[in-house]
Amino acid sequence: MADATLVVTGADFLLSMVETRWAKRNGSRMESKAQLELEKIEQQVAKLQSLAGQSEETARQIEQLNQRLDALRSQVTGKLTAWQRTELARHPQRPYTLDYVERVFSDWSEIHGDRGFADDPAIVCGMARLQGEEVMVIGHQKARDTKQKVYRNFGMPNPEGYRKALRAMKIAEKFGRPILTFVDTPGAYPGLGAEERGQAEAIARNLREMARLRVPIITTITGEGGSGGALAIAVGDRVLMMENSVYSVISPEGCASIMWRDATKKELAAEALHITAKDLDEMQCIDGIVPEPEGGAHTDHEAAAALLSASLQENLAKLKAVPIAELLASRYNKFRQIAQFFRAE
Amino acid sequence: MAWFKRESGELDTSGEKKVRTEGLWVKCEHCRQIIWKKDLEDNFQVCPKCDKHFRIDARARLAQLLDDNQYEIFDSNLVSTDPLKFVDLKAYSSRLKTAQTDTGLKDAIINARGKLNGRPVIVSAMEYSFIGGSMGAVVGEAITRAIEQGIESKAPVIIISASGGARMMEGVISLMQLAKISAALARLDEAKVPYISVLTDPTTGGVTASFAMLGDLNIAEPGALIGFAGPRVIEQTIRQKLPQGFQRSEFLLEHGMLDAVVHRKQLKSYIARALNFMAA
Ligand SMILES: [Zn+2]
Ligand SMILES: [Zn+2]
Repeated sequence: MADATLVVTGADFLLSMVETRWAKRNGSRMESKAQLELEKIEQQVAKLQSLAGQSEETARQIEQLNQRLDALRSQVTGKLTAWQRTELARHPQRPYTLDYVERVFSDWSEIHGDRGFADDPAIVCGMARLQGEEVMVIGHQKARDTKQKVYRNFGMPNPEGYRKALRAMKIAEKFGRPILTFVDTPGAYPGLGAEERGQAEAIARNLREMARLRVPIITTITGEGGSGGALAIAVGDRVLMMENSVYSVISPEGCASIMWRDATKKELAAEALHITAKDLDEMQCIDGIVPEPEGGAHTDHEAAAALLSASLQENLAKLKAVPIAELLASRYNKFRQIAQFFRAE
Repeated sequence: MAWFKRESGELDTSGEKKVRTEGLWVKCEHCRQIIWKKDLEDNFQVCPKCDKHFRIDARARLAQLLDDNQYEIFDSNLVSTDPLKFVDLKAYSSRLKTAQTDTGLKDAIINARGKLNGRPVIVSAMEYSFIGGSMGAVVGEAITRAIEQGIESKAPVIIISASGGARMMEGVISLMQLAKISAALARLDEAKVPYISVLTDPTTGGVTASFAMLGDLNIAEPGALIGFAGPRVIEQTIRQKLPQGFQRSEFLLEHGMLDAVVHRKQLKSYIARALNFMAA
């Protein structure tokens, strides 16, 4: 009977929320030597730059230090553990959906509400243009200050969020516009009202309906891909992960507290769960990785947005060239063939 | 068996040896009455005193739904490859072996072809005693194949859920099964082949958030725990006690999430009636 506890009854979001708050207070904690050196040099650069009337010598020093910074950043991000990636994915300065909307799209016009119960601010939907082309943008939305975080429910949607998202997708389908979704959530909200109003049904319906929407769909996991709450807007023709995002069936903390009976074993759990972009790419659960600026997307929102934009444009151009029947067939086949880790005995 | 002594009066006054009576009686965990096992069996493993539906295994499900307990099992040879080589306090591979030995199944599912009141049907029944009925790559594939069988043969599909959700030890692989099965259900829907989802105690997590909620009809047994998040996770999140009956079948019916709550005794006839409506 102990085995009954080995399954995911919704992720353990509380733990991950507490952890996220902790990480936000303390910043991301990466204790490698490179990381320490990196932080020291960053401080030096800041100090040098603040000196009034820079001499040529100072400028040269800054230039050198910046080069060293770039090298260290790629060293740091290249060697991150799964847990460190998780911290980056949850970094409080990481760009959120609306940060990308501002930088990647034009003519943003938000649409609200599920037409049944409420508008869920944990998911934003809107019409926008990608390099002039009309698209429907749908994404989880986190926030940085306490008031906004509460308003956005820490990026954890209620059923209304998923129903609003589906409504927006159907509008896009009706008018033949591609759908771009952005995933960044600890998971669907495990609340009393969410259960009453059918959290499971809302997610399930999206999974089925996305599989047959007659327009191209590109999903990008930008931060945290938290289980069913992420997947509910992630059934795409292309599913991309940003370099430092994670995608998992349960949070490392939740997994650790269930499987190791000790939430502090989160590093172990993160490793065991195989949640990084590289992991998912190797298991062929995603279609590509979107590179981030050295040091991570949080260090440079403009650069991160530019890299994302380039990837979206490239993928969209390819998908648009495919006749819709073929697109639907290959979307189906992709998910039909996904994650087939079994053998016949 | 301590309960034998604690329960007073009506029982165990005959002076019979306890060893002999023990196997013949069970205590209902719900009404705490002592029930004769034979009565329980005759009553579809439902307490005759309080209607508590005892958990039953996948084989018992098939026996109850399919005519003359006759059916053909398919895709029973699929085995997990332990894709993540997952090890926590114990290795997943050894958990799998234990579960296989205990249940005689390769994973938490049985696919069967049989007849329900004379009508050919496909039934996929989950086995809760196999790692909590959790869904990994094998369960996902088996259910998808059952749905495909339904599309091919036009036989109605009945999926009986009993599961804690996605199987953590297969990580995101298990999550992907939700998308795979739901996509197959879109095709079943387009083929206009009936799909009846039967939710039994318990049905939670990724199973509820995919195929269990996508039936043409979603029907549940009385008193089954059905939800997305587990009750403890919700309690921790909202920091308050959950109301009585929260996430039970009757609660879901009241909130519009189920088509019906059906007593196990009537389950077969209820499904037969629905299939008469749906299929020629
Ligand atoms: Zn209520
Ligand atoms: Zn009883």
